[in-house]
Amino acid sequence: MSTSTIALPAPTNSARTARIYGKEAKYEFVKLLRTRTFSLATIGFPVMFYIIFGLANRHAFDGSVHMAKYMLAGYACFGLIGAALFGIGVGLSSDLAAGWLELKRASPMPVAAYLFAKCASAAAFGLIIVSILTTIGISFGDVHLTLTEIAKMLGVTLAGSISFASMGLLIALLVPANAAPGIINLIYLPMSFLSGLWVPIKFMPHWLQGIAPLLPTYHLSQIMLSVFHYNDTMSLTTHWNALIGFTLLMLGFSRLIFHRKEQNA
Amino acid sequence: MPLTAIAYETASPSNNGPRIASKQPIATLTGVTKRYGTALAGSLALDGLNLALHPGEIVALLGPNGAGKSTAIKLLLGLIAPTSGTTRVFGSDPREAATRTRVGAMLQVSRITEMLKVREHLDLFRSYYPRPLPIPDILRIAQLQGIEDRLFGRLSGGQKQRVLFALALCGNPDLIFLDEPTVGMDIEARRGLWTEIRLLAAMGKTVLLTTHYLEEADALADRIIVINKGRVICEGTPAEIKRNSGGRRIRRITSLSVAVLQSLTSVTNVEQNGEATTVTATHAENVVREMLRRDETLSGLEIASPALEDAFLALTKN
Repeated sequence: MSTSTIALPAPTNSARTARIYGKEAKYEFVKLLRTRTFSLATIGFPVMFYIIFGLANRHAFDGSVHMAKYMLAGYACFGLIGAALFGIGVGLSSDLAAGWLELKRASPMPVAAYLFAKCASAAAFGLIIVSILTTIGISFGDVHLTLTEIAKMLGVTLAGSISFASMGLLIALLVPANAAPGIINLIYLPMSFLSGLWVPIKFMPHWLQGIAPLLPTYHLSQIMLSVFHYNDTMSLTTHWNALIGFTLLMLGFSRLIFHRKEQNA
Repeated sequence: MPLTAIAYETASPSNNGPRIASKQPIATLTGVTKRYGTALAGSLALDGLNLALHPGEIVALLGPNGAGKSTAIKLLLGLIAPTSGTTRVFGSDPREAATRTRVGAMLQVSRITEMLKVREHLDLFRSYYPRPLPIPDILRIAQLQGIEDRLFGRLSGGQKQRVLFALALCGNPDLIFLDEPTVGMDIEARRGLWTEIRLLAAMGKTVLLTTHYLEEADALADRIIVINKGRVICEGTPAEIKRNSGGRRIRRITSLSVAVLQSLTSVTNVEQNGEATTVTATHAENVVREMLRRDETLSGLEIASPALEDAFLALTKN
């Protein structure tokens, strides 16, 4: 042992724990950023779609609703949900399959630090995506936003990221690593379409509109739209309750499956 | 061994003294049974296994596929719980975080985060431990100098194994588990890692390694534990294991008949192949002396210890 390690006092427990959380989150984020298939796709698709469909409607109004602003909320949700589902669903399932998580669990790393890092990185990507979309909307889409509205949007982004991170967690525990991206697309894309994240829901066939309130993506999008007072007639509390209920359900199932796996191991 | 590594060893005399003196085992599996799945449909991975690791020794856990080697390591790491029996590491449950700060592990990992640099991986793993080794020391022991700023995904197979080895060292652990450390390495890289493992023992660390390579167990271990089907078959130094497998082989051309050879004391087996005869005996010298006395035409004499491989095959056959 070199003398430098002996001389160094061990940091206190709570300081060390905080440092573990910090480093874990930092490197998870760096990893996602360097993984081009993730960073380019999760940022690129919502940005591309918003440029094509959102900016085309920069002069379109439906009553008092500015379509480019309405669609900003939809694509913001689309983007943040993608980052949460792919970041956690794909990342965690491949860590599990490769034995990487097992090696980490054999170390003194707290499992909570690992989950926190995954969740925080997904939320960071969500914030980046929403910030880019907002900048595009303001600069090229004639979208007018107050600072309060922007702050609220970022707040909803954070809540939405955590909520869909829990869904990513459940998918990672259920689906084998090589199937995870396909399964996530199979859930994510139809759910986004049916909730009106791509095309405003009122322009969709009536029978399809009936499905939307059953989907967590719809409730998140209505919460996001409420920032601009564009939400539907359902009360905001109902939307929040639906989103929170969905999150708890996902976490509950994840816990159940995790314990079952532990017992069989 | 590079000079820097030797300097490292000599700089740590305080590490060795007290630990060698204490003979208490630091990790034990006592009567451990591990069954996967249900009692009826499950498979028995370990069947009443007893195992003890003493401070400062290198122990090799040797056995064919499915013998229960990895299961034993996972139990000692607290990753799984025994169906019955007890697991103790440093006197407490290996599932406790405090125990884990003194343990390092290299497991069979198919892939780790490829988009992080070697240095970043080490930085992250070091943060888990209260008194980690400094990064330059880790790089030196695991021989990663020069590639520390490369992404993990860009490394060769042998380099990746060395990074996994380095991760096991990050916390400056007293006890290190290496599960098939040199799998997939070429012979040169394997010998390089052996040097590094010996260095750990010289630092006073206790090492438990599992391996398929019998040569590896022979080259590294102070003690070999052969297991099969979840049970210990035999245990001892590499020399003892070889001796237990039925003695040395004497091969030569002789006019003595098989029946005569079999009547000699300590002979366990006689085989005629072509014009040469092979005799296996536990006391080879006495047998040779007797044969030379009885047969003056005896020629082409060879005496060989069985390779550990033969001993191993003989032990695990049933």
